Amino acid sequence: MKKHKSLLLLMTLILAIGTALAGCGSNNNEGAGSSGNKPKEQVFRMNLASEPPTLDPGQAQDNNSNTIINAVFEGLTRKGPDGEEVPGVAEKWDISEDGLKYVFTLRNDARWSNGDPVTAKDFEFAWKRVLDPGFAPAPPYAYQLYYIKNAEAYNLGELDDPDQVGVKAVDDHTLEVTLENPTPYFLSLMSFQTYYPLHSSVKDNDKWATKAETIIGNGPFKIASMTKGQKIELAKNDQYWDHQSIKLEKVHMSIVNSSATELSSYRNDELDYAGHPVGNIPTDQLAAVKKQMPDELNIKGISSTYFYIFNTTQEPFDNVNIRKAFSMAIDRQAIVDKITQGGQIPAFGFVPPGIKGEKDEFRKEVPDKYFEENIDEAKKLLDQGMKEKGYTTLPAVTLIHNSDDNHKKIALAIADMWKNNLGVQVQVQNQEWGVFLKNRSALNYQVARSGWGADYNDPMTYIDMWTSGGGNNDTGFKNEEYDKLVKDAYATDDNAKRMELMAQAEKILVEDNQVVMPIYYYSNVSLIKPWMKGINIDFKGDLDFSRAYVE
Amino acid sequence: MLRYVASKFFYMLVSLFILISATFFLMKAIPGDPFMGEKKPSPEILARLMEQYDLDKPVFQQYTKYLGNIAQGDFGLSMKQQNQSVTDIITDTFGPSLRLGLIAIVVAVIVGVLLGMLAALYHRRLIDSAAMILSVLGIAVPSFVLASLLQYVLAEKAGIFNVMGFDSPLDYVLPVMALSAQPIAFIARLTRSSMLEVLHSDYIKTAKAKGLNWMAIMFRHVIRNGILPVVTYVGPMTANIITGSVVIEQIFGIGGIGKQFVDSITNRDYTVIMGITIFYGILLMLARFMTDIAYAVVDPRIKLDGGKEG
Amino acid sequence: MASDSTTSGTAWDNLQPEDFKKIGMDEKQSEIIQRESLSAWRDSWERLRKNKLAMTGLVIMILILIMAIIGPMISNYDYETNDLMNTNMPPSGEHWFGTDDLGRDVFVRTWMGARISLTVGLAAAAIDLMIGVIYGGLMGYFGGRIDEFMNKFAEILYSIPYLLVTILLLVVFEPSLGTIILALTITGWINMSWIVRGEIMQLKNREYVLAARSMGAGTGRLLFRHLIPNAMGPIIVTLTLSVPNAIFAESFLSFLGLGVQAPVASWGSMINDALSGWMYYPWRMLFPALFISLTMLAFNIFGDGLRDALDPKLKK
Repeated sequence: MKKHKSLLLLMTLILAIGTALAGCGSNNNEGAGSSGNKPKEQVFRMNLASEPPTLDPGQAQDNNSNTIINAVFEGLTRKGPDGEEVPGVAEKWDISEDGLKYVFTLRNDARWSNGDPVTAKDFEFAWKRVLDPGFAPAPPYAYQLYYIKNAEAYNLGELDDPDQVGVKAVDDHTLEVTLENPTPYFLSLMSFQTYYPLHSSVKDNDKWATKAETIIGNGPFKIASMTKGQKIELAKNDQYWDHQSIKLEKVHMSIVNSSATELSSYRNDELDYAGHPVGNIPTDQLAAVKKQMPDELNIKGISSTYFYIFNTTQEPFDNVNIRKAFSMAIDRQAIVDKITQGGQIPAFGFVPPGIKGEKDEFRKEVPDKYFEENIDEAKKLLDQGMKEKGYTTLPAVTLIHNSDDNHKKIALAIADMWKNNLGVQVQVQNQEWGVFLKNRSALNYQVARSGWGADYNDPMTYIDMWTSGGGNNDTGFKNEEYDKLVKDAYATDDNAKRMELMAQAEKILVEDNQVVMPIYYYSNVSLIKPWMKGINIDFKGDLDFSRAYVE
Repeated sequence: MLRYVASKFFYMLVSLFILISATFFLMKAIPGDPFMGEKKPSPEILARLMEQYDLDKPVFQQYTKYLGNIAQGDFGLSMKQQNQSVTDIITDTFGPSLRLGLIAIVVAVIVGVLLGMLAALYHRRLIDSAAMILSVLGIAVPSFVLASLLQYVLAEKAGIFNVMGFDSPLDYVLPVMALSAQPIAFIARLTRSSMLEVLHSDYIKTAKAKGLNWMAIMFRHVIRNGILPVVTYVGPMTANIITGSVVIEQIFGIGGIGKQFVDSITNRDYTVIMGITIFYGILLMLARFMTDIAYAVVDPRIKLDGGKEG
Repeated sequence: MASDSTTSGTAWDNLQPEDFKKIGMDEKQSEIIQRESLSAWRDSWERLRKNKLAMTGLVIMILILIMAIIGPMISNYDYETNDLMNTNMPPSGEHWFGTDDLGRDVFVRTWMGARISLTVGLAAAAIDLMIGVIYGGLMGYFGGRIDEFMNKFAEILYSIPYLLVTILLLVVFEPSLGTIILALTITGWINMSWIVRGEIMQLKNREYVLAARSMGAGTGRLLFRHLIPNAMGPIIVTLTLSVPNAIFAESFLSFLGLGVQAPVASWGSMINDALSGWMYYPWRMLFPALFISLTMLAFNIFGDGLRDALDPKLKK
């Protein structure tokens, strides 16, 4: 009996040691490769936190999709290193005096990845395809094209004839665009994905954007392979007109939704880039990263605002003084220094830095001095507000946010500040994403987290959302004066006047009514390996690696 | 036997129907829609999208239409991942989860049963305690902690493995370790417990008394009987593991079906939720069916008979 | 029963046949001849007490329970107040287990977390045990169509996406500890019932069960006297595992944002929060992880001891 038991024990031991040895064996073979430092070829390795839902430029709305689409397609213009518009498919353009007519001249050597020439028709086709009311699924970003004459009417089915839409391919190399209103930032929209051209082959193939072989682009790269939920690989597109400027041969994108894994892979030299806009660096490790890799860490302010919204239709936030009191009683500097730790800037206005004003940045021309943090003043305002509402005690307040570590930390810190500074007990509630969005848009909340990033480089992208009944105005805020200011700003082609009108609107929104409680302006926090050069992050925080190279 | 299989199959179809119905209405009762986001689509576009995906119809009508579609084998298109068919999404993401899961199960059963047997044979001795403490650790450390520790120690610090990825065979090692730790612990403890019971049962004593060879006793009686609870556990566990672990897939960057499923729920990607649920339901039912068969093979006293008490 | 005749005052030496009453023997009850149950429990307790390992487990469990009760009281800090000037401080005389990313005291949070985690784990396990044993016992005992039907029901319930159920529960009810426990037990008992079913199916054809049945034992009695006690081994093992399972399931819910609401903490949510920076602030993960592991260890070695003690066949 004993002997046999020992036999079994021996078997187990052999198995265990065998496994261990096998592990060590493979260690010797491949271990060295995985921790090799600089890649030996021109390759860029980065991570996407989630799978792009579409690679169709007409459908894309999110950062993950854009990052790939921007590398695979090119619009009439593209963004230069300083965010200026440089020629893309168009080599030059003329704008009419009244700012309503744009004539683009396309370059001769622009080609699709299959060798076909890129023509003005490809633009007309792509734009009208997005606007086509019968197109399924309906592209949510169709409104990005509404600057074009009759585009909105056609998209909403009020106008049947697509020929009346203000975009026309005069010949293969001339595209004529007529606008509804003079739009000073229209040119900058030409490098936005909804304005990209499409190859005519997509017409007969619904599934073209789901397979690498059928995605025909005109950008610096083409899709080499896609493995669902795992990775996407790009290769240099030799047909690209400016292929001499493209040094990268390959781009490897992993898809991992874990910031800890992403940073760990970066440290292990499996990635050349980590962090925003399509990934993340865990906040808990930022302090260590700053210390260990100060030269690789890149912090850049971008045009996005993190803020809380008050439900102005629900007690106690239907009172402006109570809203002001809550907004004044927190310490934004402490939040960005101790919690987010990524060089964010405390916000006292709604339009973030980086957005163009009349001559300089809007935020420099119109400083965000709408209110100040002041606990004593906040207490007074709270008392006053409570008196106005006839409260002896404040009704119970709940702050909702969607599930996310950073949102949770910020919410807890702010609730704690309200408790200490105002003596108000606020319950923090974390909700599942869909439930949260539904509650927020149904005005079924009191205070809710929110965030907004620019669609285009103009304060209007932050201002027009707060008009009465606006689709993204989840606060119940209605103000006729505000609506009029926005309408006037749309109608005028005098840029100085526009800026002034929008500045007035922002003052109504933040200073007078405190519908939003700005917290901070975002920053783009990323890590770039020392050998990776030429990576560019624009004002919105979009990543451009097309001209990057390994040194 | 044929009658048995046929009746099982019939029950499976009925269960599947109930499962589909229950999940469908459950899913529709949860707030949200596939097109929501921080930036909302305009009301006109939203209405058009709802219409295009039939979401503007009454729920019961959507339900009957869906049933009609799946009866024809059409699981529809994803509402979030544009123009991708649900069938494609399942086939693409099930592969990695299946490969990883099968390896983890084999590892778990071999290591778990061996540990459990050792512990039972050396009952109340050092080996017993060591095996049990080892297995308790497997349970006591949450898989996401274990995965993170493995990643840090074996990949980032020791540089033996890649932190993430799923390309070379070597990339399987860390996820398999993280995935099998808990089943190993569970199986080891189940095996130990039921082996102890068998070892102390009268028929083994009789067999010993009759002077039967130790190996014969072990293989003919002890293992065969002692492994029964493990068989019960392994069936559903197999279905569970091969349908993917969100945590493991998320941490190691594996494009598996577990992650896909959680994403589809977060995104309210209705067709994908239904597709994966049905797929998962079938897998689980098959696994349970196999378990019953395996029972009959391991324990001759259990008769396979759908109709009578058995 | 015989006392009737003694109290009647009849003289012993004067017994007549009429004084005797035929009490007979209820054939249905004949099977109930058994050892007294009190002594059986006492017997098991004696055996358990001699098992040093099991007793160590019991002591650890009691200590953790005591700390969960008094831990938060013996510290100067509370679990929710932030101190942004002292975030991520290592353990010191001031903060015994250090502070977390919002400067909260990890010691107090660990024991507040213990309260939540133990409540969730124990409550969920107890409910799983009750439903699972009864349901599984009935399935295994009856077999046939009843088994088939009950089994299918469990299977369907088991296949319904758990996340959907949880999200819906949290939408319908307010997010609270009760909702979380409910969400965990809605499918949690099924595994237990399958384990029990398997055991019962195997045991019910054993000789002693057949003997009891032939002597007229009813369903309830067969199930609760003979079958389930003999299936106690796997039941206890499964039970000791459903405690950690419930605790981890809760932390997985926290991970998806459906767990306990911050600033309330559970061990699982504390570990979760600490996960992305544990290599720099190990104490934030170490303490909750350590106590989870200790609890599990204690549960398991105690469970093993209990199993051994309850199993009559292991008697020496």
